[in-house]
Amino acid sequence: MGHPPAHDGPAIAVSDLRMRYGDKDVLKGLDLTVHPGGVTALLGPNGAGKTTTIEILEGFRGRSDGRVEVLGVDPATGGEAWRAKLGVVLQEWRDNGKWKVRDAVTHFADYYRPYSEPYGPDELLELVGLAEQAGQRIRTLSGGQRRRLDVALGIIGRPELLFLDEPTTGFDPHARREFHELIHRLTDLDGTTILLTTHDLDEAEKLAERILILAGGRIIADGSPDQLARAASTTAEVKWIQDGALQIHPTDDATDFVRKLLATDDGAVSELEIHRASLEDAYLELVARFEAGDADTAVDTFKEATR
Amino acid sequence: MSGSTTLHEYRTGWKRALIETRVSLTSIGDLMGFVMPTAIAIVVLLFMQRADFEGAPVSLGSMNMPSLIGMNVVFGGIVGMVGALAMDRTNGTLLRAKSMPGGMTGYLVGHLVSTAMFIAVTAIALLAVGLPLFDGLEFGSPDRWLIFLAVLLMGIVATLPIGAVLGALLDNPKNMGLVMFPIMGMVAISGIFYPITALPGWLQGVGQVFPMYWMGLGMRHALLPDAMAAVEIGGEWRTVTMFAVLALWAVVSMALAPRLLRRMSRRESGSAVAARRADMQRDW
Repeated sequence: MGHPPAHDGPAIAVSDLRMRYGDKDVLKGLDLTVHPGGVTALLGPNGAGKTTTIEILEGFRGRSDGRVEVLGVDPATGGEAWRAKLGVVLQEWRDNGKWKVRDAVTHFADYYRPYSEPYGPDELLELVGLAEQAGQRIRTLSGGQRRRLDVALGIIGRPELLFLDEPTTGFDPHARREFHELIHRLTDLDGTTILLTTHDLDEAEKLAERILILAGGRIIADGSPDQLARAASTTAEVKWIQDGALQIHPTDDATDFVRKLLATDDGAVSELEIHRASLEDAYLELVARFEAGDADTAVDTFKEATR
Repeated sequence: MSGSTTLHEYRTGWKRALIETRVSLTSIGDLMGFVMPTAIAIVVLLFMQRADFEGAPVSLGSMNMPSLIGMNVVFGGIVGMVGALAMDRTNGTLLRAKSMPGGMTGYLVGHLVSTAMFIAVTAIALLAVGLPLFDGLEFGSPDRWLIFLAVLLMGIVATLPIGAVLGALLDNPKNMGLVMFPIMGMVAISGIFYPITALPGWLQGVGQVFPMYWMGLGMRHALLPDAMAAVEIGGEWRTVTMFAVLALWAVVSMALAPRLLRRMSRRESGSAVAARRADMQRDW
């Protein structure tokens, strides 16, 4: 189902994207390629330019400079047929609150009919877990239900590419978990490419096969959650107690260090611990420095840690 | 874009209009927003039935009832469109439309048609309430039905695009006052609740620039005995001038509306919606 593939290239191809507001550079030469299929997370501290980036890709915002192609088309000139292949889910949508849920999914499906075979209301509401709320007015939905309706409207035309901008902001843990399950279900659908933005590393690790960290106006790290975690944890801290005193030693090769330590200690070492710096540590430090207004050092330190 | 796609967008917009109209007519809030002020106005007019204007054959109350219908059309057209466009930009309805193929066309067609339907329904409701309550109204012959419908239609055609233009220019609901206050002022100088001839000459001139006066005049023409024309400026209904002025407003605003609406649409984005909402919350 869905659309016949319109082009063979990457779903998203961005090179040297620049965005400047007044005299403030938000994006300073962003490069990004996303191939069709799978979930990619654009992770970064608040104010790093994630929303600006995604709005440029969605065609909602112009850019200062750079080359951008989304499904083979420049978003600045994308027409309605191009638009029909995209799904957009934004943070805090509160539209059409007086409508009933079923009215909304039935009506909005109509817009896609010239381009594709959209979802029927029952199938769609079943998919996002809102079948029981079909007769309710939209404004009576809970926050989590409301966002699932937004996802339903985002995928209603069976898009090739789905954008999710900070989809779980303001969710309680339960709603967040349900939402994550929904995204996993979506990835099983016929090859939809998903690009989501989040400032939550945990969310990115849970949902995405690939994480791009955006800070200082550029992508500063790019890889699978595993790759990034390994890159961040090359340095380890070895701790032990010897002669009643706590000893701490940072090392790049913990295994070798411990082997030598234990070979020569004559049984005096106890309570040995190896603590690897996690991606979380590296990311939290990045965010902390970023929020302290020290964007450039933050980026350098993070790159150092994940080299 | 092919013609059939465009047609599909209009058809989808029409369906949107039906949903919106049904929602408006079944939402207590929406209905009360119309019923309350209108009911108050009618009660005031009922008291005005005891007053006459310079020995005119019908009471001041009966004279003002048609004017009230005319005012309601202008009000519904302008405030209805402006309010909807402003609100829909804050809650993301407009952005939703922009995110879907042909969504903006569908949204606009939907709003124009549903606002037109709401105006028509309320005008006919006012007529149904007014006829039995006010002595001296005449609505018994086809020529009056024809004038009533023609004026109603002309009013809708003239005021919806004015509302669209103003709505496209006004990008935040908190600035609604910028539209509301001038309209209130327009009511005051348009001879709605008292004949315009009682105003100083220059103010009569200003009043006659705007569609409110002409809608009141047109509705009085449709519903009052012909002898009542004596009270109007020049002592006649000025039917041709009325249609001409309303048509001029329609043409000018229709010429401006598409460009301004496109500009409005182009500027719409998630962060624009978020900024607008943050701005409103700060002020409350």
